[in-house]
Amino acid sequence: MLCDVCKCNDATVFLTQILDGKMHKVNLCDACSKEKGVQDPTAFALADLLHGIGAAEEIEKGASSQKCPVCGFTQADFKKTGRLGCSACYVTFAEGLGSLLKAMHKGTEHVGKLPERAHREMELGDRMRTLTEDLEKAVAEENYEGAAALRDQIKQLKHEKTASG
Amino acid sequence: MKFSNVIATGGEWLRGEGPHHQIVISSRVRLARNLRQRAFPGWAKKAERMQILELIKPRVEELPEMQDSFSELLQDLSALEKQVLVERHLISREHAAKSMGSAVIMNRRQTLSIMVNEEDHLRMQSIRSGLQLKSAFKLVDKVDSTLESKLDFAYDQHLGYLTACPTNVGTGMRASAMLHLPGLVLSEMINQVIQAVNKIGLAVRGLYGEGTEAMGNLFQISNQTTLGEKEDEIISRLSKVIETIIEKEHDARQMLIQKKSNTLWDQIGRAYGVLTFAHAMTSKEALNLLSVIKLGVDLGAFPEDRRLPIDELFIDTQPAHLQKSSQQKLNAEERDHLRAQIIRERLRVFPKPDISKVARDSENGSIREPQNNE
Repeated sequence: MLCDVCKCNDATVFLTQILDGKMHKVNLCDACSKEKGVQDPTAFALADLLHGIGAAEEIEKGASSQKCPVCGFTQADFKKTGRLGCSACYVTFAEGLGSLLKAMHKGTEHVGKLPERAHREMELGDRMRTLTEDLEKAVAEENYEGAAALRDQIKQLKHEKTASG
Repeated sequence: MKFSNVIATGGEWLRGEGPHHQIVISSRVRLARNLRQRAFPGWAKKAERMQILELIKPRVEELPEMQDSFSELLQDLSALEKQVLVERHLISREHAAKSMGSAVIMNRRQTLSIMVNEEDHLRMQSIRSGLQLKSAFKLVDKVDSTLESKLDFAYDQHLGYLTACPTNVGTGMRASAMLHLPGLVLSEMINQVIQAVNKIGLAVRGLYGEGTEAMGNLFQISNQTTLGEKEDEIISRLSKVIETIIEKEHDARQMLIQKKSNTLWDQIGRAYGVLTFAHAMTSKEALNLLSVIKLGVDLGAFPEDRRLPIDELFIDTQPAHLQKSSQQKLNAEERDHLRAQIIRERLRVFPKPDISKVARDSENGSIREPQNNE
């Protein structure tokens, strides 16, 4: 069996680690295992290794022959570099990336900083939803005056949205 | 600002004035950002990288924080100049390997440096002396907020900021501190500390980051994960761990003074002797010995006013700084001679270690009480 990293030497170190109930297997040759610090558990961090080897396997399960429509990146390229092609690749390879990100990170949802733009869009979206619901309610109640006012507000909001987007 | 000015002015963090500066050399926070719908630098063709650079560079240069900045295309810097920037942690080793289509912009105080087209389109980094992760984050966060109003950053509602490497997705933030831990190394407790730190999802690395050797008893501690945790949570978790390590380092030093004083004084005496008299020295040996002298200053065996010259030697004896100061390219043997010569000259006025001045912690704090040992 060949080493997963250099793909030239015979693997002599077989590593199995269970993360979140999922088994990750990595086979390494002597040199690569030393380089990756596997033989010295103090210096060994699985996440470092995962984005090199495990990552490619994970993504493979998702999109086998998919190509990113924006940048033309394929999963074979990911296997080679451990990096993605562009931000749209996160959508293209979403399926395979999901479990990979889960193994790598603390959570699967971003809870940190929100760019102002995204924040505005979210707020506009929220207001739009509320207005639409109110409008439906007004129509159902045959409150046509109220409905007309709400329709105007929605129109105004759509304007704002196209202006800011 | 010219490159020669960058060399001449040491940069704020090198002066070592921040909180806990004896043990925490520097704090750094970097944010990774990318433009939407554009290939990441590693995948983009040269023409696209140039376009991206044209989009980003003027926006960075016009930042209020970047008045009187140093801004250079990577292809216009010599290999030696790039290496100088790496040794000062102003650019990454990966960035130093870049040429066409990449740039670096940094402020005069060298507290903020922005790499364009490194692994991501933008890598913004703030570096401060001592333990100042919060203020480092504040600066880089402000810059990010200014830039995002002018540039369309790739952001996903669920995954946050999208980065070339999935390990950075989410906050795109890596916060790290460089710690000087000779006490834990000498008392052979460092592996335990590293193991404990790794277990709670933080990474410990060598002097120049990923995959580098720990030299001079210097260790970088940083967050490993970027998704599922807020920026300030990551930073306060990291700060707390670092504060604990600082305590452990202090304890280890006291333990050495009390229980292994012969070993300790032997190490300091040998380091002093070799540094003062050697005629050839590799940068690794220099770092390791300077580290012991630095410990000696911390403990009071050398006068406090000798701290700065030692701290400066940590940087000035690095290969690129050495060659830059001598204005010529040197082979390894010539470098080792020059390094030893510079160290000898700077230590000529350095007093011998005086262990009678060593500070011992009393039961309830760290009151200095000079004692006669001999």
